[in-house]
Order: sequence, then C-alpha cells, then structure tokens
Amino acid sequence: MITITVNGRAQQVDADPDTPLLWVLRDHLKLTGTKFGCGAAQCGACTVHIDGAAARSCATPVSAVEGAKITTIEGLSGNGDHPLQRAWVALDVPQCGYCQSGQIMQAAALLADKPTPSDQEIREAMAGNICRCGTYPRIHAAIRQAASQAADTTRKGG
Amino acid sequence: MTTVDLSRRGFLKASALVGGGLAIGLLSPDGLSAALAQGADKPLPPPDFFVRVGADDIVTVIVNKTEMGQGVYTGIAMLVAEELEADWSKIRVETAPVNEIYRSARNGMQLTSGSSSMASSWDVYRPAGAALRTMLIAAAAAEWNIPAAECRAENNTVLHSPTGRRLSYGHLAAAAEKMPIPTSVTLKEPSAFKLIGQSLPRLDSAEKSTGRAIFGMDMDLPDLRIAVVAHPPVLGATIRSIDDSKAKAVRGVRLVAPTPYGVAIVADSFWQAVKGRDALVIDWNLGPNAALSTDTLLSHYAEMAKAPGNVARKDGDPAAALAKAARRLDVEYDVPYLAHAPMEPLNCTVDLRPDHCEIWVGTQFQSGDHKAAMKATGLKPEQVTIHTLYAGGSFGRRVNAHADFVLTAIEVAKVAKAPVKVVWTREDDMRGWYYRPMAYDRISVGLDGDGRVAAWQQTIVSQSIAAGTEFEPQVHRNGLDMSAVAGAANMPYAIPNIQVDLHTPTHDVPVLWWRSVGSSHTGFVVESVIDELAHAAGRDPVDFRAEMLAKSPRHVAVLKLAAEKAGWGKPLPAGVAQGVAVFVTFGTYVAHVVEVSSDKGKIKVQRVVTAVDCGLPINPRTIQAQMESAAVFTLSAALYGEITIKDGAVQQSNFHDYQVLRMDECPKIEVHIVPSTERPTGVGEPAVPPLFAAVANAVFAATGTRVRSLPLAKAGMV
Repeated sequence: MITITVNGRAQQVDADPDTPLLWVLRDHLKLTGTKFGCGAAQCGACTVHIDGAAARSCATPVSAVEGAKITTIEGLSGNGDHPLQRAWVALDVPQCGYCQSGQIMQAAALLADKPTPSDQEIREAMAGNICRCGTYPRIHAAIRQAASQAADTTRKGG
Repeated sequence: MTTVDLSRRGFLKASALVGGGLAIGLLSPDGLSAALAQGADKPLPPPDFFVRVGADDIVTVIVNKTEMGQGVYTGIAMLVAEELEADWSKIRVETAPVNEIYRSARNGMQLTSGSSSMASSWDVYRPAGAALRTMLIAAAAAEWNIPAAECRAENNTVLHSPTGRRLSYGHLAAAAEKMPIPTSVTLKEPSAFKLIGQSLPRLDSAEKSTGRAIFGMDMDLPDLRIAVVAHPPVLGATIRSIDDSKAKAVRGVRLVAPTPYGVAIVADSFWQAVKGRDALVIDWNLGPNAALSTDTLLSHYAEMAKAPGNVARKDGDPAAALAKAARRLDVEYDVPYLAHAPMEPLNCTVDLRPDHCEIWVGTQFQSGDHKAAMKATGLKPEQVTIHTLYAGGSFGRRVNAHADFVLTAIEVAKVAKAPVKVVWTREDDMRGWYYRPMAYDRISVGLDGDGRVAAWQQTIVSQSIAAGTEFEPQVHRNGLDMSAVAGAANMPYAIPNIQVDLHTPTHDVPVLWWRSVGSSHTGFVVESVIDELAHAAGRDPVDFRAEMLAKSPRHVAVLKLAAEKAGWGKPLPAGVAQGVAVFVTFGTYVAHVVEVSSDKGKIKVQRVVTAVDCGLPINPRTIQAQMESAAVFTLSAALYGEITIKDGAVQQSNFHDYQVLRMDECPKIEVHIVPSTERPTGVGEPAVPPLFAAVANAVFAATGTRVRSLPLAKAGMV
C-alpha cells in the first residue's frame, strides 16, 4: 500500500510502486479529469501539480510522490472557478477538450510562479502541452485575461 | 451518459403515423428536408426525437452528431432554440442513440463526417423546434380555452398578449406532448433570427475546463477490466506462437489470449495490462508485407503516373494544347501518409452478454459500428446499444467502415468474459494504420503566348478509401473514386483544356478520411501549381487567380478579402513574404494569405489571414475556432507530418517523431467571415486544403524554393 495526498486528502492505494501517478489517479482513485495522451511526457495532457509545480503524471512513478501534495484539475478550485477556468469558459477555449485539464494545470503553475507573464513567457511555459484542435491562440488569450484580472484585483486591494 | 428511450411514445407515434418501420426512413433528416421543400403533405416526425421540454422547464436537444471539438452540440442546439423560442440558459444536450430516424436519407448512415452536420441539421432541427413550439402553444391555448392564433412563444414561455397571461414551457410540457404533431411548420426568415448568427458560448466549455467531461477513455463500469492489445508489429503479421508465462505472472493480469486483432492482455488496471504486454513474448509470422516500404511504394506510384489513369474530367484537347503551348511546365508533387493523432488515443468499452452488447465509444460512425457489432456478435439490431461519448479529437479517425477499434474491443470482450475497456497507447494509435493516403501527382500545364493557362493535364496516384466498403456506392462513379480527385477534377479555374485522371493502387496499407479527405492532397497540388503558373507568367498570384475565377464570385470574394486584410502586395520586412491560396471544400470557400519568414534556410510561419464563406454564419465564434483549428492542424502536417513505413512497420511512434505544432510555433491567426444568406455549409474541414498550398507558396516567395513534396521538415526547412 502506498499513501498519497491528492487534493488535500491522504489516500491509500494498492498499486505497484512503478505505477505512474497518472494511472493511480485514473484507475485507482477514479479522478479521470487528468488525461492520458502519450505516456512519455511528450504532450502534457496528464499535467498535475506536485508540491505546486507542474509535472507530467504519466512519467512520475507513484512511489516518488509519497508525502508530496498532489493537485489535480478536480482540486484546482472549489467550484471550477479558478481565474483560469473562468477565462477558459469566457473565451470558449476548449474544442474537443481532451488536453485542457493539462493546459489549465500548466497555466496555473505558470501564474502561481509569475502572476503577469510576458507573451514570450506564456509561449515557452505552454510549449510542452500539445493541443491537436489548435486552441493555442485562445489558451494564450485566456492566460492573459486571467493574469490581467488577477493584477487588477491586486491593485484594487481585493 | 445519455440515452433516449425510443421504444416509448415517440417511436410508436411515428410508426402509427406513417404505417410502419419502412416509412421511418422517409422521415429521417434529409427526407424531411425534401418533404418540406416540396411542401409535401407528409407528417413531421415527432419532435421528441430531437427535442424535449421537461416539467423543470429544461429543454433537451437530442443531437445525432458526435461532438469531437467542432462545436456541433452548440450549433444544433442553436437551431432548435431559435425556432422553439427557448431560453438559451435552459438548453441541455443529449447524444442520440442509434436509430433509423437519425440517419441521413442521402446515404442511409448515422455518422458525423464531411463537414455536413450544420447543413444537414438546418432542415431537421429547426422544424423540430418549430413543431414543439406549435404544440406548446396549442397546449396553452387549450388551457386558456382561446384560439392558438392569439398566443405566441417567447423565452421558454407561451404568452397571451391581450390579457398578459403567461405559462412556462415546463408547466405546459406534459399537455403539449398530447397535442397533435403539426403536419407542417413555417420557419423564420433570417431577418427574424435572434440566436442564429450570434456568437453564443459553447455548451461544453465549463465541463471541459474542470475535468468533468466524460470521454470514451474515462468510461467506467463496475468490475471493468482494462485491456491492451499486442498488435502485429508488421502489417498483416499473424501469431505463430505465444509465451505468456511471464505476462501471466504480472500482478493484476487476468488473461492473455489471442484475438483476430492481436494478443489481448486483460488486467485490473491499465498499467498492469501494459506491464503484462511488456512481459509477453510473441513469435510473429511476418507475412507478405515484411518488405513493404513507403520509399518503394512512392517509386511505384511515380512509375504508374507516367501513363494516364482513369479519366475523371476531360475538357477540350489538353494534349494538343500542350503541344502548342508557348511555355510548358512539367512537375511532380507528392504528399505522405498522415496520422490523425487525436489527443485521445483510440479506445472502446464493451459489455458483451449472451443476449446484449453494450458499447461506449467516441465514434463518428454509429450506424456502421452498430452493423459491424451485430455481425461480430450475431446479435439482433435491438440487442446492440452504442453510447456515443465525447471524442477527444478525431479528424476522421473514428469513422471507419472497418470499425477497427470497435471490433477489436468486441473480440477482446469475447475472450475476457467481462466488461472491458480496450485502450490504445499513443504508440498503438500512431502505428494503428488507417492513414491519410500517400499520393503522387504528375502535372503538365501550358501557357499560351498571352500568359493564359491553355492546358492542364494531371495524373493522380492515390489509394481509394471507400473501395470495398459501404461507402463505395456514394463515393465512386464509374469505378472511379471521386473523393481522391475532389478539388482537382472540379477545379473552378477557366482553363479550356483540362484532363484529370486517377490511378488507384491496391496494396494493403489501410487508409482513411483525414480532415478534408482527398482535398488535403489536391488543395496543396492544384493551388501550388496555379502559383507556379502565376510566377511563370509574371503575374500577381491574386490577380492571376481572380481572372480565371470570374465565373465563381464566391471564390473571388474570399480571395480578395484575405488579400485585402493581409495587406497583400504591400512592402514586408526583409526575409518575410506572403503566399496565397483559395479553395472550395464541401461547399465552403476559404482563402488564406500566409506570411512566413526565412532565416538561414529555416522557415517560420508568422501569420495566417483567413477569409471564409460558409453561407449564412450560424455561430461566428465557432467558425473562427474552426478556422484557427484547421490552421494549426494543417501547419502541423505541412511542417512535420509524415508516416513512413519500413520493413512493413510504421517508423513513427509518439509525438517526438510525429511532431505537431506547439504554442511557441503558433502563428498569429486572423479570421474574416463573409456575410451571406446562402444555405449554411460546414467549417470543420474546408480551411485545411488551401493552407498547405498557401504555406508552400509563401515559402517560394520568401526563398525561391518551390516545395513539391511535403512536409517541409523533409527538406530541412524547419
């Protein structure tokens, strides 16, 4: 048995230590918001936060995250209302939607690190996340929108 | 998960009205539009096949198309809501089950393809909304005991203006169900539209931004097993022997068993199944394709192209005109096999019982999969159920007459003897065949003394996707695969002498529709050659095209709009240049101007300016999204896309060797929509074909190098 903390809850899972975190989340914990895209850290669809940093769960053995704090798309916000999620909906970012959990988790880690990233910083931070539907222009715009709203809120002291 | 019980009232009512199952087909979508167009006195289908109102005031639209990102749930719901006078915030969507009524009368199939969803739904879902509105009004009139003509519908209510009385749709729902189905309805004029033409938000954005949307890959059932398949490593290889001793020892592996599609490894979880497969030793009999390679195939295609093929179009006497031409251009083009590579790898969940087969899958082809499942299980139509889930991209991969991913899962379920989800890894998906056909073109064109195109002779070599499948009758004419020559045989340019002919090689590489089908190849070739001719004639590529398109004003309008918005002809920085192309696919006209920069032989695509005429724009925001989508998808293929085969095996495996465009390479994309009142046409595919050529034409303008073989990566340009 391995104990991992996902979205604030410590849970015991009966998985082999080499099982990628992705499949513990999906098959054992039934948290299917995190997606399988490539299994090789090539596409970013499986992105989660491990101790606040974006990580590819498909290439992270579960044994490596015992004791770490893992956040998935299901735990990113209380009610699907993270500023990025609101921007994603406002700008209709998703098409097929399959990559978007990973995109949002990657973007959330970026904004946590750099609240007002430059266009170039956004492009570089998001270059590991593939979208075959081509939502890149809207992802970029949604990150800008979430960042500027957060900045406004800060300025207004909110 | 979504089901609608069609054995209940609606189906019975339809049967009673038209006197039996056979006639149901006449009521299917295109049949209905024909009936409306003729003003025929045929009954409308019961609207509750397409839309229902509940006592909770919620309007549920039952959509017969697959949502794979193109926005069809939102678009079809808009058609219903417009005529129903529904409150948009009360709209929900369910996916339709497999049923005759959801088939197209045009091809008798229930499927999502050919960028046809909005065009075919236009005359189905609007009448359904109007019919239900009429029944709700009738219910209100009955309750108030007044003539229906005194009532009108607005925002999910029926109101009686003279008295100010108002009843909600939810209140009226039960009574409306008992009202007679109108025999005809009058649809709104476009000037009266309140929703159509507006950029309404997608209905699925929230669930797709929170991880709640359920894709095929997310399907779960009690005691569900997960399986992977050890697919043949070489096309057509068969199993000689299996050593499964180590695989069976992997914890969680329940079963290792051969199937017609490879060796199934059935486990409690995905990772255990993969570990089981890694531990499995299979001795394959490699079979007749063990030496197959794309290099050899392409040489073979080039040989074939030296003689004319089956003639798809012949105008005038191209041979004679070529002989007299003042200038002549003889060129060869080729395009590679391409994988669809949707973000969600293929998968399918099956619960197979002695008397029932239940399937959960993100498929584009419900009627074909249903038929294939019946055949594979020996069950009756009503014993096979397909639940269509969200598809995480598809681009044509999930509409396969061979039903490969569904039949694989059924065969695994047969041996698993338990509900099972079969998952393709990315490598399985990439190497899973069914690619966009490789193609080779040999073209001879001639200019007369005035620089006008006098002759066009094009020989195409490309496999047939439809041959031998249930699609053959609708795609082939006189034994010729029209989808392989689409965009070439019907090119709109005023050229007096044209011949387009086709060779259809028959070998074992499985091929399939890939976003825009044959036009993904012909768009590149035709629009590149036109550009070559413009330069050979010393003409501006926009003017040169416009002159030859004088009889096709919609082509000219998008061409000029894209050129104007892109600043065509204006000075650009050193190393930056523009290319243009215009093309019609599935009735939608698209022109692109692409701007590239060139630095030390490396190309960067900086900007794409798109003009689109898709008839009456239903949801401009969706149209813009699909133009952006096609741009990124096509640039991926133009820059990097290539599936190669060596020794019978596919050489690519994952996104490191089948590269696709990433955000740091994404150009600025600007979309301009031509206002129109023409019938709506589709937007999912038509922006793809001309973009290949616009990129190649821009590369020529920037570097002087003419790209006649894709992708650009092959020439070291990216």
